[in-house]
Amino acid sequence: MCARLEVKNATFSYDGKRNIFEDISFSVDCGDVFCILGPNGTGKSTLLRCLCNLYPLNAGNISIDGLDISSYAPKKLAKKIGFIPQIHTPTFPYSVLQVVMMGRTPHLNTFASPSHKDREIALEALRTVNIEHIWDKPYTELSGGQMQLVLMARVLAQEPEILLLDEPTSHLDVGNQIYTIKMIKKLSQKGLALVMTSHFPDHTFLSSSKVGIMKDRKFLAMGPAEVVVTEENLQDAYGVPIKIVYIDGEIKRKIAVPVVKD
Amino acid sequence: MKQVEIAGQENSHNSSDFTLSSKAKYRFYPGKVSINFILFLLLIGVLITSLFMGRYPVDPVTVVVIVVSGILERIGDTIANITGVKIAFFWSIPHTWSIIVNTVVWDVRLPRAVAVVLAGSGLAVSGATYQGVFRNPLVSESILGVSAGAGVGAALAILMDQGTGVIQLSAFVFGLLAVSMTFAISRVYRSNPTLVLVLAGIIIGGLFSAVISLLKFVADPYSKLPDIVFWLMGSFAKASTANFILVVPVILIAMLVIVLLRWHLNVISMGDEEARSMGIDTKLFRPVVIVCSTLLTAAAVCIGGVIGWVGLIIPHISRMLVGPDHKDMIIASILLGGSYLLAVDTLCRTLTSVEIPISIVTSILGAPMFLYLLYRAKKTWS
Repeated sequence: MCARLEVKNATFSYDGKRNIFEDISFSVDCGDVFCILGPNGTGKSTLLRCLCNLYPLNAGNISIDGLDISSYAPKKLAKKIGFIPQIHTPTFPYSVLQVVMMGRTPHLNTFASPSHKDREIALEALRTVNIEHIWDKPYTELSGGQMQLVLMARVLAQEPEILLLDEPTSHLDVGNQIYTIKMIKKLSQKGLALVMTSHFPDHTFLSSSKVGIMKDRKFLAMGPAEVVVTEENLQDAYGVPIKIVYIDGEIKRKIAVPVVKD
Repeated sequence: MKQVEIAGQENSHNSSDFTLSSKAKYRFYPGKVSINFILFLLLIGVLITSLFMGRYPVDPVTVVVIVVSGILERIGDTIANITGVKIAFFWSIPHTWSIIVNTVVWDVRLPRAVAVVLAGSGLAVSGATYQGVFRNPLVSESILGVSAGAGVGAALAILMDQGTGVIQLSAFVFGLLAVSMTFAISRVYRSNPTLVLVLAGIIIGGLFSAVISLLKFVADPYSKLPDIVFWLMGSFAKASTANFILVVPVILIAMLVIVLLRWHLNVISMGDEEARSMGIDTKLFRPVVIVCSTLLTAAAVCIGGVIGWVGLIIPHISRMLVGPDHKDMIIASILLGGSYLLAVDTLCRTLTSVEIPISIVTSILGAPMFLYLLYRAKKTWS
């Protein structure tokens, strides 16, 4: 299992007039964690959706293992690339396990329903994200954080080679944020390629092998977190002064702190 | 580093409980298969009851004997037709009942009961499917304007002095025409296809309702108008084998397609984007499922007229009984929809000396049932 995602000169616009992003190029290999930072409304989520062919590009191309994603059949693409949206609006009170089993869709025949083996895989995914004990709870009754973990388990049951996560830590408390980041790291070590968006520059130091800072339709900077996540770049991106400090002792890592003056 | 506990602080479950995985442990609704089996028995029970109830008295045992012997004779005849050999079957049961009783059961009550069961199942399944595809538990089978369209078709045929067969055909064709117009309108807008489709359905439904009113207005108030009004209130009184045999294959095929795709309805109910990211070709899947549901509704409306509430209520009761998983819920809807409409139809023709239009009874029963469901399910819809 090793897939390579390659984006070349990608340009997208909803209405054909105003580009959401333009001329974006990057590549992600197996084992990589590519984190996209940037202010609200720069099109990070739109870019992720383009990566799994939910929206077709206006120019440029996206390929997986050298093949353009538009040439993949839907099921084949879903076996290659999985996507977790940031917000999920539930309609019916499916149980947690039923939701996770839906991740098995690309592995099933069109007229089939999940087998015992699919259920075992779904349970294994629940174990990975550590929520096996709520397997039979209606997922409509879960907190935002638990819901996020259920969706994570669902995409793991899908067994893709590339994972797209739209702000996976946004609904989580501090404990679950760190747990998720550790899980992301573990998945990348297993050989998955991950692309995620985030609002926490801090997290890039913990998990990401590559960072792209998106601003005004383009990447302001792209490269290893250590090089790209700098005080200047963050100020350019978010418009507020941000200090990056190294904390010694028990922590031994860099953190990003916004400077607020009265 | 401090151990981080995930998502279950309020839950005192010991996680080691769950490492012992056994097959029985992860079953959802312990009795769900047997609930569908009970619903099947219920359908058989209602079917038999509906055959012996009515103005002409037939006792239950005779009904069962007549039906069984009739089926066996027909099997024998079919074999004889195919092989050309007439065999005296050992199972031939001597006719100890009158020809009238035979006619009442086989030619009057049974065709009607089959028509009602097919219509009820069809309406319930199509309601359940629409609710899943449109991700909204409050939509019903008439959401895309099919009932209003069918009403126009029937009213036109009645105005033109046509017989039952033509009225049904016209209702079917106009029902499909209305839905095609709904689809055509929704194609104009590219964003949010689901919402636009539902809104287009409301527009077309409104338009066709106005046309029905116009046709009623121009109809002769002494002969044609009552016919139109009664057709719109729904009735299976004119259902005979000859009249509905044409739509039976439509109902069975459309239902079969939905039954085969039923688990995937779960996935599509997660929303278009997520379904696509999980590998469903929504551009193909959604139209197929919607067309099948529409055919079911159109077929049901053309045999029985406009019957409200079934497609809204039955999926909810099914969900309450077997859970939201469409794999079980669609089957429960088929069985329950058939039983429910047949029970209502039997009441309609036996309660008073004049037959009550079926839609009146489904609405009178449907409103309080829906109120109760709304009260029970308010938590999950918030």
